[in-house]
Amino acid sequence: MIGAWRGGIVDSKDRGVTLLSEGTRADATSFDEAALGRILARHPARQAALLPILHDVVATFRYVPAEAVPLIATHINCTRAEVHGVVTFYEDFRERPPGRHVLRLCRAEACQAMGGDALALQAERLAGCPLGETRADGKLSLEAVFCLGLCAVAPSAMLDGKLYGRLDPATLKLMIGEVLT
Amino acid sequence: MSDFAASLLADLRRKARSAEADVARVFVPCDAAAVAVGADEVAEAIATEAMTRGIALDIIRTGSRGALFLEPMVEVETARGRVAYGPVGVADVAGLFDAGFLTGGDDPLRLGPPEKIPFIARQKRITFARCGIVDPRSSTDYTLTGGWQGFDRALAMGPAETIETITRSGLRGRGGAGFPAGIKWKTVADTAAPQKYIVCNADEGDSGTFADRMLMEGDPFALIEGMLIAGYAVGATRGYLYIRSEYPHAIATMTAALQSARNVGRLGRSVGGAGFSFDIELRVGAGAYVCGEETALLESIEGRRGQVRAKPPLPAHKGLFGAPTVINNVLTLAAVPWILKNGDGPYAALGTSRSRGTMPVQLGGNINRGGVFEAPFGMTLGELVLEIGGGTASGRRIRAVQVGGPLGAYFPPALFDTPFDYEAFAARDGLIGHGGIVVFDDTVDMAHQARFAFAFCAHESCGKCTPCRIGSVRGVETIDRLLAGDRPADRLALIQDLCETMKFGSLCALGGFTPYPVLSAIKHFPEDFLAETQKVRMR
Repeated sequence: MIGAWRGGIVDSKDRGVTLLSEGTRADATSFDEAALGRILARHPARQAALLPILHDVVATFRYVPAEAVPLIATHINCTRAEVHGVVTFYEDFRERPPGRHVLRLCRAEACQAMGGDALALQAERLAGCPLGETRADGKLSLEAVFCLGLCAVAPSAMLDGKLYGRLDPATLKLMIGEVLT
Repeated sequence: MSDFAASLLADLRRKARSAEADVARVFVPCDAAAVAVGADEVAEAIATEAMTRGIALDIIRTGSRGALFLEPMVEVETARGRVAYGPVGVADVAGLFDAGFLTGGDDPLRLGPPEKIPFIARQKRITFARCGIVDPRSSTDYTLTGGWQGFDRALAMGPAETIETITRSGLRGRGGAGFPAGIKWKTVADTAAPQKYIVCNADEGDSGTFADRMLMEGDPFALIEGMLIAGYAVGATRGYLYIRSEYPHAIATMTAALQSARNVGRLGRSVGGAGFSFDIELRVGAGAYVCGEETALLESIEGRRGQVRAKPPLPAHKGLFGAPTVINNVLTLAAVPWILKNGDGPYAALGTSRSRGTMPVQLGGNINRGGVFEAPFGMTLGELVLEIGGGTASGRRIRAVQVGGPLGAYFPPALFDTPFDYEAFAARDGLIGHGGIVVFDDTVDMAHQARFAFAFCAHESCGKCTPCRIGSVRGVETIDRLLAGDRPADRLALIQDLCETMKFGSLCALGGFTPYPVLSAIKHFPEDFLAETQKVRMR
């Protein structure tokens, strides 16, 4: 999915498009029970499988549809409340579909030390929405992330799965400009 | 070890090359930090340029040598060993070909033999010996560079002596708590149970730390072998590797390596033909910092909210699914094969007082030369930040360094004589944590950083303990009132009192250690904790 390997160097732009088309292949707003059934069939019917199940659900639908919760609960033999509790606890298990593109900006200390605060303000201004929200036209979501492990090449960000280090205002402007056109 | 590994590989590849005509070999890191600064694009540009010029070329993606300030760093294999160039941009590639870089030709970007680059030459690479040299997905590379020999030694000496070896080596948990690994293993080994587990904590959430990620992306088999040895030593047949979701490259590399280890019979039934079975399941976190706390991590694997458990019972007695469980950090387990292979003596001979062996220190933030620097414990903070790291990237004065992640203390340059070891940092109200050092220049506002520490705790609190869940929110509010000039002296006293409560009233390190950055900022930088109006007047 991510990264290039010997003999198979993937063009980064293609990769972004691939990720996007994977994400939007399923209509993000409509719940597909058959698709969920296929996911559940891949996992054992026990609670320990809950996080792997939810990761697969997000990979397919880009979020956790409310309709999926009771079906997952039945599969792993626990209550809806328990599944809901897990969904709401973890950042990755979004309850609403994100924008077509997702820009995650690192807001942790190492990036703060390299001008991360100013970049965050710039991103909010260019994107027209605050961190943690999606633009009204659904083109872009801005998210804060606490550490991508790129602290020696700070400040860093991730746009649709592609990593950016030594991020500067000019590059950020290009990145956001590109996804908004 | 690393020189040996490199020469062995070079030798092997020279033979292979002579067999299949003259194919140049170029090494480009696939480490996430290198990729984030363009390593994929550079690899692609090299491939394209070679094709245009009709040059046969094999591009091998390695991990990173750890000198991240030089990434993307490209290496070529020459008759006299590898030669490095960096940092290479896409625009530099044609020029490198013109300069004859494939045979080590001169160029402004030429760095010479990588092992002679000062940042690398000054290290003692044990955990990271192979990182940046081998193809991380190749089990052949791993075997050819001494891989699996630690496990074979363990099989030969038996479980009890394996644990004794780890105990004698002085290896302590690298996740932050610094608990002796051998004692943890012995506790699990001595607890009778039909099922036991090895859990590797790769939920490296601390800002300023990235050594786990680099190890998994650069030498994943070392971690697998470490877990295997731990499983054999304590009688566990199953391992879980819990990697945070923010590390997609590490997840991809580990997934490939786990499959490869199964294919070559190093995981699965009757590993090493000894009737011992062991396999590892990879689990992906879901964006919760608190899951780096060991009991919250167990809850997460079990399919629940990552809420911290009260101890006792210790995970060593009742851990994953109620069974005796060894939970160790990536760096702890990755050091194990070397110790088994080379003996506890050489490992214990490194380091200082009760901190034995090496620590992969991570230099990040506003630093000139950032990266992973593995060295025996005992170098001073000042040596690491100034001599190795070269001061700030901005060229301004260093004002503070935070050591040990978001729950670590802020130290001023006045404390740069502190030796990097567990006890020395504890004696100065700090902690080394997972070995991350984040540098800030003189533009930093320490009240802002203290406020962030509370805000981060509030954001990430699992909600179980009141001091952490509520205290962190009140901490943010109180700092805001202080800065607004609302009875600042009273507010400061209140914050200190609140920190006492959080420190002693929280179950885990999230609530318990948030006072470290807050109190250290107040203690060492009191001038920042005045009301904003007073600060303006002082300026």
